[in-house]
Amino acid sequence: MIQVSKLNKNYGTVQALSSVDVEIEPGRITAVLGPNGAGKTTLIKSILGLVKPDSGVITVDGIRVNGESRYREMIGYMPQLARYPENLTVTEIVDMIRDIRKSASTSEGRSASTRTDSHNSKNRTADKFHAGEKSAGRPENNGKPAEGQVPAHDGSPDLEIWERFGLDSEKDKAFRTLSGGNRQKVSAVLAFLFRPRVLFLDEPTTGLDPVSSSILKDKILAERDRGTTIVLTSHIMSEVQELAEQVVYLLEGEIYFERTVAELLEETGQSTLERAIAVKLGRQPKVTAETGATS
Amino acid sequence: MILKILKYQLRDVFRSRWIIAYVLFFLVLTDVLFRFGGDGLRVATSMMNIVLIVIPLSSIILGAFYLYNAREYMELLLCHPVKRHQLFWGMFLGLALPLVAAFAGGVMLPYLYNAASAEAWQSALMLVFTGSMLTVIFVALAYYLALRFDDRIKGLGLALVICLFFTIIYDGIILFVIYMFSSYPLEKPVLVMSLLNPIDLGRILLLLQFDISALMGLTGAVFREFFGTPLGMTVSVASLLIWLTVPVTAGFRRFLVKDF
Amino acid sequence: MHCKCNISLGMIPALLAAFVAGGMPAYATHGLSPHSEIISKNSESISESAAEITEANVLSSPMLDEGNSIGNGSGDSGRSLTVGQRGEFTRIADALSAAAYGDTIRIEAGVYREYELLVDRQVTILGIGRPVIDVEHRGEGIRITAENVHVEGLEIRNVPTSHSRDHAAIRFDRASGGKVIDNVLDDTFFGIYLARAHDMEIRGNRLRAYHDREAVSANGIHLWNSNNAVIADNEIIGHRDGIYLEYVQESSITGNKVAENIRYGLHFMFSDDCVYRDNRFEKNGAGVAVMYSRRVKMKHNLFVNNWGASSYGLLLKEITDSEIFENEFSGNTIGIRSEGSDRVKKYRNSFIRNGWAIRIMASSMDNHITENNFIDNAFDVSTNSRRHSRNNFEGNYWDKYSGYDLNGDGFGDVPYRPVRLFSLIVERNPMALMLLRSMFVQILDLTERVMPTITPETLVDEKPLMRKVAL
Repeated sequence: MIQVSKLNKNYGTVQALSSVDVEIEPGRITAVLGPNGAGKTTLIKSILGLVKPDSGVITVDGIRVNGESRYREMIGYMPQLARYPENLTVTEIVDMIRDIRKSASTSEGRSASTRTDSHNSKNRTADKFHAGEKSAGRPENNGKPAEGQVPAHDGSPDLEIWERFGLDSEKDKAFRTLSGGNRQKVSAVLAFLFRPRVLFLDEPTTGLDPVSSSILKDKILAERDRGTTIVLTSHIMSEVQELAEQVVYLLEGEIYFERTVAELLEETGQSTLERAIAVKLGRQPKVTAETGATS
Repeated sequence: MILKILKYQLRDVFRSRWIIAYVLFFLVLTDVLFRFGGDGLRVATSMMNIVLIVIPLSSIILGAFYLYNAREYMELLLCHPVKRHQLFWGMFLGLALPLVAAFAGGVMLPYLYNAASAEAWQSALMLVFTGSMLTVIFVALAYYLALRFDDRIKGLGLALVICLFFTIIYDGIILFVIYMFSSYPLEKPVLVMSLLNPIDLGRILLLLQFDISALMGLTGAVFREFFGTPLGMTVSVASLLIWLTVPVTAGFRRFLVKDF
Repeated sequence: MHCKCNISLGMIPALLAAFVAGGMPAYATHGLSPHSEIISKNSESISESAAEITEANVLSSPMLDEGNSIGNGSGDSGRSLTVGQRGEFTRIADALSAAAYGDTIRIEAGVYREYELLVDRQVTILGIGRPVIDVEHRGEGIRITAENVHVEGLEIRNVPTSHSRDHAAIRFDRASGGKVIDNVLDDTFFGIYLARAHDMEIRGNRLRAYHDREAVSANGIHLWNSNNAVIADNEIIGHRDGIYLEYVQESSITGNKVAENIRYGLHFMFSDDCVYRDNRFEKNGAGVAVMYSRRVKMKHNLFVNNWGASSYGLLLKEITDSEIFENEFSGNTIGIRSEGSDRVKKYRNSFIRNGWAIRIMASSMDNHITENNFIDNAFDVSTNSRRHSRNNFEGNYWDKYSGYDLNGDGFGDVPYRPVRLFSLIVERNPMALMLLRSMFVQILDLTERVMPTITPETLVDEKPLMRKVAL
């Protein structure tokens, strides 16, 4: 789904990423882990196009990330800390994002249709969205999960967790007045809203109460089951163990290891992911000092 | 797309308390000046000093604050299929337009309900034009700084320093140069130096409007040519427009390659 | 004896007129003197009616009334000659040479291509329907050498520029007592030129010239050695000096509109005891210049938009014992510039939106500046001296004054210093004017105001008014 090869990024003299190669497989939940400053955020932001890499190639579903904005139509992103315009109400924020998506898809669709079919995947995405637009108003699609492929949906927004979070009571409040937990909930709703094929979740449960946290996790797993590719970062190893299948561990801008959770546990003989990673790092004497920071 | 972003930006900014305070500041000040000073021409003259000091300072500080606060929001939007140049114009116009509207509205409203004379209106419009240009220029400078420096303390500090430099220090340097080289023909260099500072430019534009009688006291052919003919007005406005494009372009280019 | 009696009789209205007009006590002693010799000797410097009467006496006493009744257009004894297509004459010159003493020449509407018309006998020249005398750039318009000539209702055009001769549309040459009323002078070199012509009345004329350089232009109304003139309600545009007076005593200049003249609106040299009131001086090269004169009264004039590096609303040079009051100076580069002028009282004037309201040079002293309004001037007062000021500023209203009045007597409790530090900087380095109204300069001024160290210590208004003077 996502290919990253030979990715380099420097911030001044600091080497944030050096020659990183990662492949994130479709339909799975991959956790990107590592201590602070290891390059997790840089990696994710590079994939999202927020950070411009110095060299290397990133492709998402075959589309090369290179100043191109349209591939982001299939991406949902839930940042660690979401901030929207302070004085807009929750409803307005949701409307705004929908507006922007709509306006992007119409203008892009138009330009895409004039292109040749050399970029099949691009056109497919656009067409799909259009199909949805045309048949808006159909009931929500509860299609069965398929391996590595999100079933076609009708383009109506996914408001499932909006309802489960009970955000209706908050919908006319200005964003400024929302509590941290409610801001996080809004952010989650917006990430799932367009039924993305790829989801980036940055510390998704931070600030959420246990009930909401469970709702969100259920939703994440349900999305995975529908075939959505999910990239996750978290400091809570139990959460990672609960959700993720694959772990990408970054250290000082390089991939330190890449394993499935099951492989890690087996390899280290530990029962929890936290201990497994500690053991994995403990083998390398020069980084033992950093183990504490790793969690 | 730019309009979409702009629409929500404007909605946000116009609901914020500081923009209301900004409108009220100009509204109350102009109104009070009308009440105490009388005619619109005097009011515009008195507003001149305010405009030349308050507008650059508030535009650059508000601009920097605003952009620093909008960092996460911009990141979020950029994860949607939004092009960077679209976002830039949306964000830039989304702050510059409300500030211009707030200033222009605050100043012109009292002129409206005081039924100012045509001459007073001419002065007021000149004031509003100059103030608007300075607003846009300093918002652009703020955006450039906020995009250039991720550390907001550094960015805001630099914004203050730049503002201080253009409002005070620069003129001190000009005066120093005039004193040090008083025996040389300095007309052109001094004029050019003034054109390089947007606040001086704004000041000259307003001087042409309000203090032409004093300016005509300048001897020397260059000054007479500059201030005595439409040349001065033309050159000042043109320079101001150039001044406008420089920080906007710099900010724009920075925005396109910025790592968020 | 008969002669003596005659003079005394004539003196009575003359004395009355003199008191009403100028109120000059010095004259009374001369006037009361029984010797006609003294009177005629002083006639050049004495009041209007006296001179007129003395000369009328020399001719014949019954004509005494004639000079005073000219205004109605025809003398009692004179014939009326008509110039025009249906008149007795087709040329004005023929009518002039045919006219006798006291005749009225009526010129009907039309264009008369004549020039150098000589009026050498006392006549009244009346234009009916504004006839045009087109000089066609050939020379002078009308030259008057006789006393008491009245010229009214004409239009005179196209008097050429000359570098050797002072061509004028209407010239009075050693001819007193004349009147020039309601004429239009268009595109002339000199407009109305008086040389040794006393007791003249010049009223309601419109003078227009189109020159743009000083060298090729001349004055609108030019008086030289001519006393007791009344110059009123004229409009003078585009000349070198609008009104020029040299060696003119006891004249009044009232209600004129003088605009866009190349040099001065009003130029005043060696002319004592004159009054000018209610005039409007606008956009002249250098405003009004009053030089080398004593006892001048300037009241209720308007000095507007006189712009330029050496331009003033009013330039006072070597003026003494004069009064300037109830005038308005607005939008001038310099409102009043005072050089070597002493004992001048300036009161109840308004200075609005000038570059400099008053520039008072160190050479001026004992001037009193009180009860004036200073509003929106870039500089209220400037001076070229940092030393002791010998002029008295007191009880003026300064819009920049920010003091308070705790005892409520209407005067601020803190003195006001009208000389800004910046004005001294500009005085030394005129280019610094570029920094007018800049923040830097305001900080400089503020510092100086808090701790005065450089501005002249004694140039202070100890009793600044809290409210504008109502005018």
